[in-house]
Amino acid sequence: MDKLRRTMMFVPGANPGMLRDAPIYGADAIMFDLEDAVSLKEKDTARMLVYSALKTFDYSSVETVVRVNALDAGGDQDIEAMVLGGINVIRLPKTETAQDIRDVDAVITAVEEKYGIQVGTTRMMAAIESAEGVLNAREIAQASSRMIGIALGAEDYLTSQHTHRSADGAELSFARNYILHAAREAGIAAIDTVYTQVDNEEGLRHETELIKQLGFDGKSVINPRQIPVINSVFAPALAEVQKAREIVAGLKEAEAKGAGVVSVNGQMVDKPVVERAQYTIALAKASGMEVD
Amino acid sequence: MKINHPATAGTLESSDIQITLTPADSGTTIQLQSSVEKQFGEQIRAVIAATLTKLGIEEVAVEANDKGALDCTIKARTIAAAYRAADNKTFDWEEINAWIN
Repeated sequence: MDKLRRTMMFVPGANPGMLRDAPIYGADAIMFDLEDAVSLKEKDTARMLVYSALKTFDYSSVETVVRVNALDAGGDQDIEAMVLGGINVIRLPKTETAQDIRDVDAVITAVEEKYGIQVGTTRMMAAIESAEGVLNAREIAQASSRMIGIALGAEDYLTSQHTHRSADGAELSFARNYILHAAREAGIAAIDTVYTQVDNEEGLRHETELIKQLGFDGKSVINPRQIPVINSVFAPALAEVQKAREIVAGLKEAEAKGAGVVSVNGQMVDKPVVERAQYTIALAKASGMEVD
Repeated sequence: MKINHPATAGTLESSDIQITLTPADSGTTIQLQSSVEKQFGEQIRAVIAATLTKLGIEEVAVEANDKGALDCTIKARTIAAAYRAADNKTFDWEEINAWIN
């Protein structure tokens, strides 16, 4: 299975202290923001600051993502700096069409070739923040072999839909489900939007339970305080872990015997159930539960 | 790289350093204000001076106001200030990447 992406924390690209401290909060991924969190007149300094941080700090415990500017607004320079710095994932904001992804892919490829980096090393994800983007999510998700995920950006999306956030999230129902289907069809991660009420822990928990039940891999995070809340919602129950352990043990036994069929307590177990059990074990380990 | 006019990069926030470069007639001078001057003043000056040398800048007056920045931040702010002062809007990543660490 792929990496866990329960929490993806925004880190303003213009803030040296936060760039230094970002890996310590327990997020699965940190997302350096060169776009909306940086004023127009500081794009150059933020680009240099994040590049320098990538060359210096040990971010090996997290997946590093950068939200770049649009290609016609300095995004090509962002990409050169970040790929050279060794970023894991380039996140394109406000993605509307598959062509947007192909254009960024071409820029990344040119940079990788220029610096002798194996083409394909740098991965991509798309943030979808408009009606057009949602409706094109299937093509966007499959537009590049670099793609590891798509994320919903709700604030701009709801403005384009002439509505706003509510407690039960009914207004996001279509976008969430459609993005999720597009991600699953493409075999990549689906990341839910940020929860902006930083002081409302109960609201965050409720929303995380909803998106976990839908099938999302995780949420974007705007404050470190949100990380343990989301991670705890994604932690599996003990009974689930026990069942998953039995299934994984059955898998190992079947592999040792060279058997093509996995069975647990005399019952045959289908491949999707085995995959879900492996995912549950990974979640349990990431949640600090005893597994082995 | 030639310094054409005064330019600044960085902020006075904690963990940052604000660097201002001004054209000078001869040599490099560094005027540093830092909360950690006693312990790290020499090191901060050395990082600024080394970064300027790498950029090929030999005549400049530096004013630095440090709020506890690490070396990577000092380098990033010095480079950004230099490019601004030289009216160079695009970083030469290939050149910078060859020496930054």
